[in-house]
Amino acid sequence: MKPAPFDYRAAHSVAEAIRLLGDGDREIKVLAGGQSLLPVLNMRMGHPDVLVDICRIPELGSIDVDSQEAVHIGAAVRQAQAHADPRLRSGWPVLTEAIGHIGHPQIRNRGTVCGSLAHNDPASELPAVAVALDAELVARSQRGLRRLNAADFFDGPFSTVLEEDELLTEVVFPRQPAWSGSSFQEFSTRVGDFATAGVVVRLERAGDVVSAARLVFFGVGGSPVRVAAAEQALLDAPVTPSSTAAAVSALEEQLDPVGDIHATAAFRKELAAQLAVTGINQAWERCA
Amino acid sequence: MNEPTADLNHPQLPRRPLGPPLSEPSCWHDIRVTVNGAPVCAQVESRLLLVDFLRHRLGLTGTHVGCEQGSCGACTILVDGVGVRSCLTLAVQADGSDVRTVESLAESGELNRLQRAFHEEHGMQCGFCTPGILMSMTALEESSEVIDDDAIMEHLGGNLCRCTGYVNIRNAARRACLRERSRPVDEGADRDA
Ligand SMILES: Cc1cc2nc3c(=O)[nH]c(=O)nc-3n(C[C@H](O)[C@H](O)[C@H](O)COP(=O)(O)OP(=O)(O)OC[C@H]3O[C@@H](n4cnc5c(N)ncnc54)[C@H](O)[C@@H]3O)c2cc1C
Ligand code: FES
Ligand code: FES
Repeated sequence: MKPAPFDYRAAHSVAEAIRLLGDGDREIKVLAGGQSLLPVLNMRMGHPDVLVDICRIPELGSIDVDSQEAVHIGAAVRQAQAHADPRLRSGWPVLTEAIGHIGHPQIRNRGTVCGSLAHNDPASELPAVAVALDAELVARSQRGLRRLNAADFFDGPFSTVLEEDELLTEVVFPRQPAWSGSSFQEFSTRVGDFATAGVVVRLERAGDVVSAARLVFFGVGGSPVRVAAAEQALLDAPVTPSSTAAAVSALEEQLDPVGDIHATAAFRKELAAQLAVTGINQAWERCA
Repeated sequence: MNEPTADLNHPQLPRRPLGPPLSEPSCWHDIRVTVNGAPVCAQVESRLLLVDFLRHRLGLTGTHVGCEQGSCGACTILVDGVGVRSCLTLAVQADGSDVRTVESLAESGELNRLQRAFHEEHGMQCGFCTPGILMSMTALEESSEVIDDDAIMEHLGGNLCRCTGYVNIRNAARRACLRERSRPVDEGADRDA
């Protein structure tokens, strides 16, 4: 099908974009890469009155590392651009690995990093990476600026705490501390498909033991799922088969995925647990 | 059926929306794009997809429309040197861009190296997927990457073929595209700018 009629406005600055978004009388949607929004419009599952294109805003188009060594990824940065960035590859390798799992090169050439976060597909990779790496999301509207922790940002399938008039302007990934390591694990039936299940693991090491742990799953719930009990099970000990077994039994208790045509709930849970074991071991090896 | 015309500024090609406009004039936009090397100016409605602009307004029917949701790759073209889905791009988003379609590959009726490889390896049956696959492979070939089997499969992964089983497609892509070393940076420089 073809989209129903709408008005299109290309914004050339953040100020112009948030002014356009502030017009409360009409249904207005941000258009970033369009790789999720245009399928929705083509299938007529959405009928916005106006699209505000943010990809022509120069101030949103760059990846910058600040004096604290945190990396800022602007809302117009395409996934392909982030995937090719050597600073991300060395400083935040799980982000690069995760982007490599999004669709196909042709999708990543247009889709944006921030658009994926704002869309929050339950099977998408980047929301889980943002939660695992403690990212901060910056939202702007005519009412002002909000800095949101990734942990509070995603509030359900295809839903975030962004208000209608807010523009996500950038996502900030803090520098990863020394003696920390991360791993990204995903299973999908075919390369490029959305994940059947996946996990992002981040560990910090103090001497011989795990001092902090993050286990964030995707594809197994409506939003990224963090399992605190499994994280607890890994603390204050080295990673060993018995500590991962303890984490797995916590996971099996806490994870509650749904079944669909791609996988039953029981298979998804088993898959998630096995991916977690691989991820925990790899993150531990990378703790250096 | 009309033969696709090579002259994109031919007076018979419609420069304005076809049929009665369905929305208020504020939804119309003047765009300037370069299509297969020729400058084109046209007026488009906001909701016109780039693939429909190419097919219905410019008569470039080589680009195919399959799923209209980004999954099949039949509509793959190059925008500013990289492969994109023309069903998930609005014509108005392409304003100011350089667009290339499968019609740009053969020069004066001569198939190029990539097309010849698909011919010789029998890399198609019905041919519906072929324009998209050729453009995905053109994007890969023009990149500066090393092109091994993995790179070929990664770039073919976004294009579905319901006929061939992919073996001959892969063989054709190998024949035309494999290269052990990355291209010198300056050859690809204009696209990275
Ligand atoms: C064939 C195919 C396969 C795919 N596979 C995957 C996959 O495996 N994993 C995956 O994660 N994704 C996948 N995607 C989706 C892709 O990653 C999208 O690029 C991404 O989900 C949305 O980013 P976008 O820039 O295209 O956003 P758009 O489509 O432009 O926007 C998506 C939504 O977010 C809103 N939005 C976008 N940017 C902002 C902003 N800055 N502020 C506020 N709101 C905003 C829009 O209003 C819209 O509601 C796939 C898409 C296709 C077509
Ligand atoms: S028609 Fe565009 S991807 Fe199928
Ligand atoms: S040759 Fe028929 S779809 Fe590929």
